[in-house]
Amino acid sequence: MGSNLIDALFIFMLAAFIGFEVIRRVSPLLHTPLMSLTNALDAIAVVGAIVVVGERRSTFSTVLGTIAIVAATSNVVGGFLITDRMLKMFKSSRPGKEGAPSSGSKA
Amino acid sequence: MTPLTSQTLIEVLYLIASILFILSLKWLSSPSTARHGVLAGEIGMVIAIGGTLLRHGIVDYKWIAISLVLGTIVGVPLGMVQMTAVPQRTALSHAFGALCVTLVGTSEFYLRSPDVPRFTMSVLAIEVILGSLTFTGSLMAAGKLQEVLPQRPITYKGQNFVNLALLAVAIAIAAYIVVNPAARTLFPAMIGIPLVFGVLMIIPIGGADMPTVISLLNSYAGLSAAAMGFVLNSKLLIIAGALDGSSGFILSVIMSKAMNRSFTNVLFGAFGQVQPAAAAGQEVRAVRTASAEEAAAILSAANKVVVVPGYGMAVAQAQHKVRELYDALTKRGVEVRFAIHPVAGRMPGHMNVLLAEADIPYDALVEMDDINGDFPQTDVALVVGANDVTNPAARTDPGSPIYGMPILDVDKARTVMVIKRSMSPGFAGIDNPLYYMDRTLMLFGDAKGFVNNIVREFSGNHG
Repeated sequence: MGSNLIDALFIFMLAAFIGFEVIRRVSPLLHTPLMSLTNALDAIAVVGAIVVVGERRSTFSTVLGTIAIVAATSNVVGGFLITDRMLKMFKSSRPGKEGAPSSGSKA
Repeated sequence: MTPLTSQTLIEVLYLIASILFILSLKWLSSPSTARHGVLAGEIGMVIAIGGTLLRHGIVDYKWIAISLVLGTIVGVPLGMVQMTAVPQRTALSHAFGALCVTLVGTSEFYLRSPDVPRFTMSVLAIEVILGSLTFTGSLMAAGKLQEVLPQRPITYKGQNFVNLALLAVAIAIAAYIVVNPAARTLFPAMIGIPLVFGVLMIIPIGGADMPTVISLLNSYAGLSAAAMGFVLNSKLLIIAGALDGSSGFILSVIMSKAMNRSFTNVLFGAFGQVQPAAAAGQEVRAVRTASAEEAAAILSAANKVVVVPGYGMAVAQAQHKVRELYDALTKRGVEVRFAIHPVAGRMPGHMNVLLAEADIPYDALVEMDDINGDFPQTDVALVVGANDVTNPAARTDPGSPIYGMPILDVDKARTVMVIKRSMSPGFAGIDNPLYYMDRTLMLFGDAKGFVNNIVREFSGNHG
């Protein structure tokens, strides 16, 4: 237990530092998609809820866990969906950088 | 597969998911790679959920499947909302994230109590306290943003004392449960009090403070998920929670710097209580006004135009008309750029998303620090629905409530045009000396309608 705790604290500390360094570099242009993306990633809490429901330890925990999965899954699905929709809209005025126009659009 | 090898396999899958999550955020640093970031996040998520389903202890798949499907049914419409509704959607998703964490924490407590080691119980307490206050706080924020709740801050005497006292009681209960994990009857209070605190915390928060508050709630949601990772001993959760927590924290710092306020000031110092009296005596000062025709003439004679969008543009849904204006001016060889204040709108980056939705290229969107030096060489600064972020009193008047807040130096442009419904002061009730300057023209009207009229002047001249 003791060493697990220390390991966990190390991991938290390292991940927080990586978070600071990586996110500091995100352009303010993309702060809204950043928030919706981190929100979707944070919904990885669904993993904990799945375990609670799947191990079927009590009716109470199954009920709470089921609601928790619904809440977290809606964040996963909605978060990724809206982030991608937003990012699709960001276009540069310099043509070519965004890749070739899709072939389907001219049909 | 023996339980041991499947356990190793799951850990490896979680490791891969963690790497993908970090890459996902790294790729978000530039618009050209950002969509790879979403893909990486999605793959990481699928791997993590898939890995979890392989777990040895999982015997019941029925409810998992049902709730995954239900969650998807709820999630898809939440992913398809209008871009103007993104702030309230974001607040709502913080609430859902916090709800999940709180429910899992509650269920863990009742399954393990009274055999909960002190450290586990401490992080579990942090998990459910942060989770439940973030849940109701985010719901309140979403309600205010959706305008089902009043946007104005509501304050009363002793408010801060009541709030802090409540929080102190919750922490005291948590401390008691940490020492006596058998005290199952006290656990509901440890959830109930933070739920009430979350509501009370947001009541005094006004719309203009929403960017900071949403970021703070984002950070809390992340930290509560990390705490859940400690309780469940899940490295993946700790990593994802730490990433989300630090992201929310960085955004909160940026937002409060952009308002020259501290977190404490945002949370405990509701804006806009004493100003109405100060604004009253100044109604009689004269302003210059202009029609759409005159505005169009001035704009077409300009070489450099800077548009300053604010929350008013979002409310009026004027971004598509602004884009037509951008096209008309660009076609005439006028250089048009957009000056983006960090707290313009209701969440970090709000204006960028709206303008990108209207197909304005992102290289025309310029941050405050990069564009402020250019205002003296700007022929026309056109303010569309922004107010406090252009108020020169923040630079010049130490008595102003927003003194010291970094602003867009719109007043230094050769001509300033402000589209505004009326002379009523902005959200915070602070008078804006910009409107009374000799070089300022007030364009009274609805943002969408007025920009449309200007655009029509241009097309009329063409024909």
